Amino acid sequence: MIVRLRNPSRELTFRGPMSVAKLFNQLDLQRETVLVIRNGTLVPGDAMLADGDEIEVRPVISGGA
Amino acid sequence: MKCTVCREPAVIDLRRHNSNFCSDHFLKFCRDQVTRAIADYEMIQQGDKLLVAVSGGKDSLAIWDILNALGYDAHGLYVGLGIGDYSDTSGAYVKRFVEARGLHLVEVDLQDTYGFDIPTGARAAKRAPCSACGLTKRHVFDGAAVDGGYDVLVTGHNLDDEAAVLFGNTIKWQTEYLARQAPVLPARNGFPRKVKPLVRLSEREMAAYCVLAGIDYIVDECPMAAGNRHLGHKAILNQMEAQSPGAKADFYFNFLRSGAEHFRADDHDDGSIGTCERCGAPASGEVCAFCRLLERAGGSLPEPQPVELTARRDLGRGVVRELERETHR
Repeated sequence: MIVRLRNPSRELTFRGPMSVAKLFNQLDLQRETVLVIRNGTLVPGDAMLADGDEIEVRPVISGGA
Repeated sequence: MKCTVCREPAVIDLRRHNSNFCSDHFLKFCRDQVTRAIADYEMIQQGDKLLVAVSGGKDSLAIWDILNALGYDAHGLYVGLGIGDYSDTSGAYVKRFVEARGLHLVEVDLQDTYGFDIPTGARAAKRAPCSACGLTKRHVFDGAAVDGGYDVLVTGHNLDDEAAVLFGNTIKWQTEYLARQAPVLPARNGFPRKVKPLVRLSEREMAAYCVLAGIDYIVDECPMAAGNRHLGHKAILNQMEAQSPGAKADFYFNFLRSGAEHFRADDHDDGSIGTCERCGAPASGEVCAFCRLLERAGGSLPEPQPVELTARRDLGRGVVRELERETHR
């Protein structure tokens, strides 16, 4: 599966199946700081990601206050 | 994973609420949280005229969308900060949002109105970019709200924002700031009432709201904010949240419930603040901080225009006050 990340913008490839929670671990991400969008649809932490999926890991933290 | 409400497949899990939601019930959850915040803190009275400060980011567009969904008649305010391509892109998101929904937007462009932009202003004033930006936005927001006759200025500050500010003020024991940290700042000294209806919702929840509500927003971070102290405080709090879901909400809401009252005596603003001799905005000295920044940045206040009072929303505060003095003579 192709995983698209931002800040900096890049694409990584992982082999599926893999849970969203495991993807967080692989990328060393905190779940509070990102959303995972699979093929355009928001998915929860227990969703299984498969080969062929297009995954966006979208950061949600902004710096303005 | 199933929706806690309807048992349909969930799209998001909220550990701090021990709940999962499908799309429809998550959108309802967010609107209910805003309704509760407005009621709990008496943010909005019936008939209030609302102005929502919008940046093109998730939080401000989400709260504008939610307020409209809840039946409020809210106008938007966009300030063009002149931060290169970032400002151009964020402004385009706002305009698409407005056009798609037929909403009313007030626009202020810093360069056109005051002759400077944030990068120039920050360099000239030797201030951190976020400091110059915050100071400028507060001045422009206040002015637009007062001049436009709005009762309430709405901002998109969420739970993470408020918890991070509280954390920063606490580790420095800035008691005067702690005294003023609240979801509602009442109108006083010429400032409009300021409210933060997203205090019950996290950044992740607001981003999810936008995805599920079909709100297209600027995802990339402001290039001038990278690595700022506020982001560092958010990272620390999110580490705590990972260990103990609900930690951010406990920190913030327990402060409001049990801590804030102990700092009231440190709020030295007794309502006797004066006005800036240059722009007419409320100021503790002769010249307000914004006008000092403006001077260093080589900008200027807008020239007074011979216009009728009905067009007051387009004027600077000093101009409006001068016209009002003329009217009452």
